[in-house]
Amino acid sequence: MPLTWYLVVSALIFSIGAGGVLVRRNPLVILLCIELMLNACNLALVGFSRMHGNMDGQIFALIVMVIAACEVAIGLGLIVALYRRRLPIDVDELTELQG
Amino acid sequence: MAEVIFFIAAIGAIAGAVGTVALRNPFYSVLALVCHLLALAALFLLLRAEFVAAAQVVVYAGAVMVLYVFVVAYVGGSDEPLTASTGATLRPVSLLFALALFVELSIAIIGTGLSALNSNGAPYTSGFGTPAEVGALFLTQFLLAFEIASLLLLIAAVGAVILARRRAGLGDGGEFSVADVMRGQPITAGDAPTETMLEAGGPSQR
Repeated sequence: MPLTWYLVVSALIFSIGAGGVLVRRNPLVILLCIELMLNACNLALVGFSRMHGNMDGQIFALIVMVIAACEVAIGLGLIVALYRRRLPIDVDELTELQG
Repeated sequence: MAEVIFFIAAIGAIAGAVGTVALRNPFYSVLALVCHLLALAALFLLLRAEFVAAAQVVVYAGAVMVLYVFVVAYVGGSDEPLTASTGATLRPVSLLFALALFVELSIAIIGTGLSALNSNGAPYTSGFGTPAEVGALFLTQFLLAFEIASLLLLIAAVGAVILARRRAGLGDGGEFSVADVMRGQPITAGDAPTETMLEAGGPSQR
């Protein structure tokens, strides 16, 4: 398979994730959409790694997975903290930081 | 054969992505993302990234998604109302933006001058993508990134515990910050309610 196909799939998944971040209002689903975007980047990185016959891209993808795991831990911690304070789980209503 | 597997996996990945965005119940969104991750692991295998595929299945589809399912079950996967109270006019604009992003990326990929993109990639060498090669690279060339990643994971774990800690009620003196820990206040469970995070690291409740 030519690598162009992989890159087009990666671009499509990234666009779906970006649209999801903009459209959805539940912070849990927004986190899931960020995961989608990170995974699309991983696919492109692994594809380029295959193209060059060099494994640096795979190392990059693994580090991206670590970053994603950290982001999930902090994001879910924030959501649980919101829930404990009886705040609405909706990004449109959490406007305190807008000043 | 590789083409058939590629198309099946790619369709699975795209369908999972669409399901994650489009399903209204967050629980089903998480399940769709699990399907997406498994299909993506198949694509990684086609690209000869065996260790990345295994890590994807074990870490992502396994551990991280279990975390998501627990939080959705705890917070309660409430259905989002279909008609948004605010920003309803911005929704078509968002979809248009996503479409424009895809078109632009596709133009960049298809119109690129990188002729190697139309080939099948570099010739396969034995050992490419195996755990042994990944480990050797992590411990030699990318040692600094490896150590920083471990530090970052530690910080994220501590931060998640601090954020999601059970507080003893608002304005009840149950709040404490990292600065209190530094000042050397007695960090004991006191008479804090048992079976909470306070047993692990909270101040006394007086």
